[in-house]
Amino acid sequence: MTSLENAAEPEAWFKLDREGKKLAVGGAWTIAESARLDKELAALDLSGRGSVTIDASKISRLDSAGAWLLLRTRRALGDAKGSDLHLPDLYRPLLESLDQPRKSEPHKARIPPGFRGRLYKIGRTATHTFFQTVSILGYLGRVTVETIEAFAKPKHNLRVAAIFQQIEETGINALPIVGLLSFLIGVVIAYQGITQLRQFGAELLTIDGLGIITLREMGVLMTSIIIAGRSGSAFTAQIGTMRVNQEIDAMQTIGLNTVDTLVLPRIIGLVVALPLLTLYADIMGLLGGAIMCYFDLGVTFPAFMRELQQALHVQTLMVGLIKAPVFAFVIALVGCYEGFQVERNAASVGLLTTRSVVESVFLVIVLDAAFSVMFSVLKI
Amino acid sequence: MTASNHRDKEAVIQVRGLVNSFGNSVLHDHIDLDVHRGEVLGVVGGSGAGKSVLLRSIIGLNRPKEGSVEVFGQPTSDDIESPAMRALEMRWGVLFQEGALFSSQTVTENIQVPLREYTSMSQALLDEIAEMKLAMVGLPCETGHKYPSELSGGMKKRAGLARALALDPELLFLDEPTSGLDPISANQFDELIAQLQEILGLTVFLVTHDIDSLRAVTDRIAVLVNKKLVIGTIEELRENKDPWIQDYFSGVRGRAALASMDRPTEEAR
Repeated sequence: MTSLENAAEPEAWFKLDREGKKLAVGGAWTIAESARLDKELAALDLSGRGSVTIDASKISRLDSAGAWLLLRTRRALGDAKGSDLHLPDLYRPLLESLDQPRKSEPHKARIPPGFRGRLYKIGRTATHTFFQTVSILGYLGRVTVETIEAFAKPKHNLRVAAIFQQIEETGINALPIVGLLSFLIGVVIAYQGITQLRQFGAELLTIDGLGIITLREMGVLMTSIIIAGRSGSAFTAQIGTMRVNQEIDAMQTIGLNTVDTLVLPRIIGLVVALPLLTLYADIMGLLGGAIMCYFDLGVTFPAFMRELQQALHVQTLMVGLIKAPVFAFVIALVGCYEGFQVERNAASVGLLTTRSVVESVFLVIVLDAAFSVMFSVLKI
Repeated sequence: MTASNHRDKEAVIQVRGLVNSFGNSVLHDHIDLDVHRGEVLGVVGGSGAGKSVLLRSIIGLNRPKEGSVEVFGQPTSDDIESPAMRALEMRWGVLFQEGALFSSQTVTENIQVPLREYTSMSQALLDEIAEMKLAMVGLPCETGHKYPSELSGGMKKRAGLARALALDPELLFLDEPTSGLDPISANQFDELIAQLQEILGLTVFLVTHDIDSLRAVTDRIAVLVNKKLVIGTIEELRENKDPWIQDYFSGVRGRAALASMDRPTEEAR
């Protein structure tokens, strides 16, 4: 490693004379030597010596770190009368500029140490979560009202072009990634089903299982999670960057309603796109499973379809699809809400984008569990 | 004085035949530049004339198309971790436009970053040095515990300057240090730079838009115009026939800023 320490300079030194009244100092007192000088000076016990003169006339080079050490040494000698510092005139201004009294107040840590600190953190997180929940509920209310208004006066408040643009960005552009991942998940589920069920000689049930899992849960859940990572984060980053650039402020001064212009197109666009994507993901998942079954079980495609037809009802598909618009709404709402929470610095965008993805994935899974409970109560 | 004169003429930065271009547009066309030890060189030019690119080419953040750049007699390169570049990097300090403070660290920690990288100081000494640098740039003690996002623009620049000065560099690069500051803060910043330059004997490479800064702190000025550099003192440049330079120094703002210079006073510093 390159380091300041091996710079070629005359070595810095200091020496206390026998009576302990004069400290001779010389060489290059620079930052390169400061770590060593600091240790050696600390070893020198200077307290209670009375007046000590520092003779720094042999100093060949002095920078601010060296000057600070000299100054500190003089201060350590205390206000003992007669303590004096001789320094070449060249370096006087530097030393004088550093030698200014500064009142340094002990810094109060923001978080107190120990048990109180932990309590403080718990309390802070709790209040923060509470207020955030209240705030996001308020936001939900505002968006609901604005949505109703927008549909009441669609000519003025509904940005149709923006909605279609969002459908393209969040739906059509997501087709490759959603399709590929769903296909692979289908392959994995079929493979696991075949190997496990073969032990009971019930390999063919794999197809039933695959169909039910894909249509009811996997299709919609995978799609929602991918879209939360892909589009939810994009919403936060886009709106957040607009906040950093003061674009949001500019829109408000012009009189544009930010919910109408930025939030509604994203929410409506995603609510339309996600169910369609889910259907597509279902198909791709089943396709992956069918190919796996053909190679591993020798089940041809028509046979696969017949088996699937016996296992599934339209209801199975609908149970999955009905969840999609709800998940879409939550993902878009959280994405936009967090975007508006961005403060005017770049770090904030990254922080809130992460938070937006974590929150929307969390909410999607919690809601999915709630749906499961609801369906089991309704015996669907 | 002859000895010191010779020392004054030692070129700290030496740029020869520098060419920079982006796509088809040439930004710098075979530029030569010498910056001497102990001088303050102001670099001006219109928006997009390539002032910042020139600075970046010198400190190795931008690889020039052609030409050579030497700092302290060492060629600079964009291999910032090579031993030769690290040896240079500890002899210069750079203040970026918005301060470029590390946002995840407090101001004190920011100042200590170069110190930790290049020295083996104890934590106590690190804290003392950081505190001293804060005092040097005129920031109160409590600023040290704050994060960059809690600082105003002017404070960020001062904190950035404190970090640039952490290793007691011989050469200081300042990229538009007064842009975005109110005139009073800008004046204070100019004074601060002049003061530090005098006390620490720094060589300063100052990129600026601010004609007041030029008057207050620079020894010579390099004007980037028509892809070339025109170098001289303010007086020399005011005689220059180039329309952009004429406009710059003799326009309304230029005249107002320079008016105080024509009066035979010493208040320029």
